[in-house]
Amino acid sequence: MAPTPNSFRIGPDERGHFGIFGGRFVAETLMPLILDLEKAYNEAKADPQFQGELNYLLSHYAGRPSPLYFAERLTKRLGGAKVYLKRDELNHTGSHKINNVLGQVLLAKRMGKTRVIAETGAGQHGVATATACALFDIPCVVFMGSVDVDRQAPNVFRMKMLGAEVRPVTAGAATLKDAMNEALRDWVATCENTFYCIGTVAGPHPYPAMVRDFQCVIGNEVRKQMMEAEGRLPDTLVACIGGGSNAMGLFHPFLDDAGVRIVGVEAAGRGIETGEHAASLTGGRPGVLHGNRTYLLQDKEGQIQEAHSISAGLDYPGIGPEHSWLKEQGRVEYVSATDDEALEAFQLLCKLEGIIPALESSHALAHVTKLAPELPKDNLLVMNLSGRGDKDVPQVAARLGVTIGS
Amino acid sequence: MSRITKRFAQLKADKRAGLVAYVSAGDPDLALSYQILKGLPAAGADLIELGMPFTDPMADGPSVQHAGQRGLKAGITVDATFDMVRRFRKETGDGETPILLMGYYNLVYQRGVERFCKDAAAAGVDGLILVDLPPEEADELKPHALAAGIETVLLAAPTTDEKRLPAVLKYASGFLYFVSVLGITGTKSASEEAVRTHVERIKRHTALPVVVGFGIKTPDQAAAVARHADAAAIGSAIVDRVKAGLDDKGKPKPDLVPGVFAYVRALADGIRGVRKA
Repeated sequence: MAPTPNSFRIGPDERGHFGIFGGRFVAETLMPLILDLEKAYNEAKADPQFQGELNYLLSHYAGRPSPLYFAERLTKRLGGAKVYLKRDELNHTGSHKINNVLGQVLLAKRMGKTRVIAETGAGQHGVATATACALFDIPCVVFMGSVDVDRQAPNVFRMKMLGAEVRPVTAGAATLKDAMNEALRDWVATCENTFYCIGTVAGPHPYPAMVRDFQCVIGNEVRKQMMEAEGRLPDTLVACIGGGSNAMGLFHPFLDDAGVRIVGVEAAGRGIETGEHAASLTGGRPGVLHGNRTYLLQDKEGQIQEAHSISAGLDYPGIGPEHSWLKEQGRVEYVSATDDEALEAFQLLCKLEGIIPALESSHALAHVTKLAPELPKDNLLVMNLSGRGDKDVPQVAARLGVTIGS
Repeated sequence: MSRITKRFAQLKADKRAGLVAYVSAGDPDLALSYQILKGLPAAGADLIELGMPFTDPMADGPSVQHAGQRGLKAGITVDATFDMVRRFRKETGDGETPILLMGYYNLVYQRGVERFCKDAAAAGVDGLILVDLPPEEADELKPHALAAGIETVLLAAPTTDEKRLPAVLKYASGFLYFVSVLGITGTKSASEEAVRTHVERIKRHTALPVVVGFGIKTPDQAAAVARHADAAAIGSAIVDRVKAGLDDKGKPKPDLVPGVFAYVRALADGIRGVRKA
């Protein structure tokens, strides 16, 4: 392994690599477009007007900063660390996804693109993209696996009401991975006028870095809010990981604070040992898919395996390349939580705090319920509550054997 | 001189363009797939692209996607693909028809790039076309391919402008594969005028043969491409003939293999009908 770098926050290099991870593994047709995007993003990043516009939207449209809430009853119940919830589920559209989408759609507008496409799993990124496209009056097409269309029906209808076209994808297991394949296929054919708004810190460079930058608002706010609340930085950070954008947004601003313990929670599905899970870092190995090199669930030959998770947003056989790098550097701990553990955590937060968390975020919470009791009472733990669970209510009811309406 | 270079020199001497025929390894099953491979040169294929099925073929349209799924279902592997080529070289005694493997980088990466190149060369493979390995990442393949004597065919697209072409050509060998349309395989078709303009543009930058592919479906379209390019690459339309040879239950009908050959022959005739300077 390479020696520990001076900073964990300087990546990627000019070729989009985080160590061996990341890169630009795309068809030649897209390559010039990706280079254009990188140039446009770098210019926008340095442009105070772009940043001003984005900040305005984040505060007045999305409702930032999101609160950092001390979960007193949860803390008491767990009997250890002082648990704070970063309330990104209170953002407009109900998750952290809007942070990234406002940035990318503003960039699309700036680049003169006249059509936006996106992939979505749980539908949160799709809803956020449809929302921003309604706001900016840009036609929007969202690719969604047909299995996810069924299990996230409320979000499908939301996207349609917002004026987006939802294209169900039936290839493969018909989930997030297949939606991303289809979005890439669309983009190859339409790249001259179309902006591909990727929902997580994955895909070809510059997406992993760009999405991370847009999501860092989460961690930057936490730094400030925790200083105000407790007069010091947090001790522990926990977030769930599918592609890893909410986690990267929380983690990245703290990577160089050696005293901050950072934990990412993958979806263990029915259990890592069953092979039916979505924990790429725990159960996968490095490979190349969707434009980047990263940890992937795959067979011996390199054929990609289907992921499994109760949570459509975590149901993906890969992970953002920067997470793969942070794992190999040992800077971030990566653990996992099962479907059942997430479901239990989901119910716990409803009852104790009056907050219905997304099934995705419930994975982070499931780990908090294990970790917090082992930590001292003065340990300041921040969990990113990345999404709200309204969308999951029908699925959770079905899982608990309850028929809604009877 | 490599088989690919020799073949293009021969085509030039014969004053005609070539047919690059794509079939997907293991489609519709391992035995029939080998029969098809074996008979392609006699049916008129000048070069052969053997597709390596991948679960997530991002640059392929439904035809090639389905062909790959048929192969994966039939149990195709990288080893079995190499075996097909090895058998072809041994049983047919054809040491001249170039065979290129086409697919996605992860299968090469998982085997280990060096080992993949060595094994491919030992099996009788002449080149690699990896759709998701642009010049920006090609440096991890190139030295191993060179050492093993495997040509690295890169793709150029309508979006590959004059500034970018030299970067592509830096890693390209054997021939340059021009993707004639914006899009995935087997969907849109380029106009003859567009093909002519792009081929002329590319030829100003390189002496490598230029093969044009994507969206060519009929002998007439193949002939139109043959008037300007050094060869026409045809895939989706060929694997569609494999599919047409399957019954409702996916079982091969007796005319499957002859049907594929008849179609390849028609494409080859279209191309051979064009006399070149």
